[in-house]
Amino acid sequence: MEVAGKGQVPAARGRRVFNREYLIFLAFIAPNFLLFIIFTYWPLVYQGYLSLVHWDMISPVKRFVGLENYAYLFSDPDFHRVMFNTLYFTVAVLVGSLALGLALALLLNQRLRGRNFARTVVFAPVILSGAAVGLVWAYIFDPNYGLMRTILGWFGLPPIDWLGSPAWAMPAVIIVYLWKNLGYSAMIYLAGLQNIPAELYEAARVDGAGRWQQFLHVTLPQLSPVTFFLIVTTIISSVQAFDIISVMTDGGPVGATTTLIWYMYEQGFRAFRAGIAAASGMLMFIILLVVTLVQVGWLQRKVYYE
Amino acid sequence: MRGEAVESTVQSGTAGRSVLLDLLTHRMFRVWLYLAMALTVLVFIVPMYWMLTASVKTLGEIYTFPPQWVPTSFRWANYSEAWRSAPFGRFYINTVIVTFFGVALEVVNACLTAYALAYIRFPGKNFVFIALLATLMIPLQVTILPNYLTIASLGWLNTYQGIVLPGASVAFTTFLLRQHFMTLPKEVMEAAIIEGAGHLRRLVSIVLPLSKPMLVTITLISVVAKWNDYLWPLIVTNKVEMRVLSIGIKYLFDTEGANQWGVIMAGTVFVVIPVLALFIWAQRYIISGLTAGALKG
Repeated sequence: MEVAGKGQVPAARGRRVFNREYLIFLAFIAPNFLLFIIFTYWPLVYQGYLSLVHWDMISPVKRFVGLENYAYLFSDPDFHRVMFNTLYFTVAVLVGSLALGLALALLLNQRLRGRNFARTVVFAPVILSGAAVGLVWAYIFDPNYGLMRTILGWFGLPPIDWLGSPAWAMPAVIIVYLWKNLGYSAMIYLAGLQNIPAELYEAARVDGAGRWQQFLHVTLPQLSPVTFFLIVTTIISSVQAFDIISVMTDGGPVGATTTLIWYMYEQGFRAFRAGIAAASGMLMFIILLVVTLVQVGWLQRKVYYE
Repeated sequence: MRGEAVESTVQSGTAGRSVLLDLLTHRMFRVWLYLAMALTVLVFIVPMYWMLTASVKTLGEIYTFPPQWVPTSFRWANYSEAWRSAPFGRFYINTVIVTFFGVALEVVNACLTAYALAYIRFPGKNFVFIALLATLMIPLQVTILPNYLTIASLGWLNTYQGIVLPGASVAFTTFLLRQHFMTLPKEVMEAAIIEGAGHLRRLVSIVLPLSKPMLVTITLISVVAKWNDYLWPLIVTNKVEMRVLSIGIKYLFDTEGANQWGVIMAGTVFVVIPVLALFIWAQRYIISGLTAGALKG
């Protein structure tokens, strides 16, 4: 494709051109990869090391303690609570964004007047600042003067002290996260729905399938790659959810909304326990690694069978 | 849709009465769909409406129950009060600087790497590509502690470069651009090669002009991400004058206390309005970019 490949060029010159090409390649990727090495790969290695030491982030001495930090995490009931909270948040967000996202996509895929406006409105929160969204909802959840109290009142329900109660703080954070991010899964499902060939539905109708059967036997199976993609991306992004929690609950009350990332932040930047923070950071990385590997494995299988 | 319903009943050979019934249930179904859509729009629009109206409510209007749906007295002073309680002018300048340089670096980096991966010969290209994709598993969030230590040891805490540089290389944007470059027609490129144009000239005068929509898309996604970024700027800054908007409103919330909802909502409007305006102006590009990859992956 290039000069060197044309054959009229003498071999020696060809090689020189080749080597120059390699150098140009390296020069082109250098800025990106320099940053990746300094701010992505090296920190991971360094964090792996930090997870094996005791260090208060000030003293010059980092005492090597082997796997003690990990042992501490696995035996600490507070950390079990953190893992439970992380699982609670992730599973609720996952189920919510898949089920409601699909429902919204099905609705906004109908030929309805004003659906473009509805799509815009549903997607808009995705691009808004999580901190701003969190504050707006903190106001809505205000137990005395918040809008949520009015809405509960319509159904005859008593007011709830959402952010002040350990039982309700997590559901509140989940509601806000879903409200902000639902537009994303809805738009992805919508694109998936529009990619399903119309002939499949026609064939199903000829076979006498009703709306519900068409949904079960055409729509859902055809959407399964999209669903898989959403499962992976939703897990990866919900594990990193920080701004909403920071603004709304600060990890509380009494640790009720302390997820893994909040715990890492707290241990590192408030308690100055670098080893513990690094070890929980490594656990987060392992979660992302496993999720990604499952995705890669699944994609390869798909390619293989096709 | 109505035509389809009639057709299907005619096909299955049912009597006229059933056609009428079918039409009626079809009508009912449409009514339900419209109701569901209206409810959806309300769920998503009311919180934003609530933010906007509260930002001009007086304390008296905020502290009434049941709440006031339509504000009667527009208290614009909430805005000036928010602006005075926290240095929002400074937050704006910081956010604009950080967003501008962050986006510029990210897009230039992505263009160069994507071009190299798509067009320049190199023996270990697959390895480079995998090394690029692997960074998707290591978001900045996971390594904030060691990255903080790096920035601190460089003396870059409370500096723009400290906020910008760790986020200036993004694998996702690079990947999207590379996928796009692969779809460009080969012939145009061959003409340039015959003319003897170097790689940089080919990138700037051929590949980039052909990729304008994609460039707009990745730029917009990057703008939104940098503007809203929270955790990293929170960690590498501790001086109020170096804070960005997203952290600034948290600062406003902490200083005003949770009672001054009018002032706090005015502050959130400061943060949200520029991005919302950008979204309304260019939503097509933003949505296509954020949903890209889902159907190809």
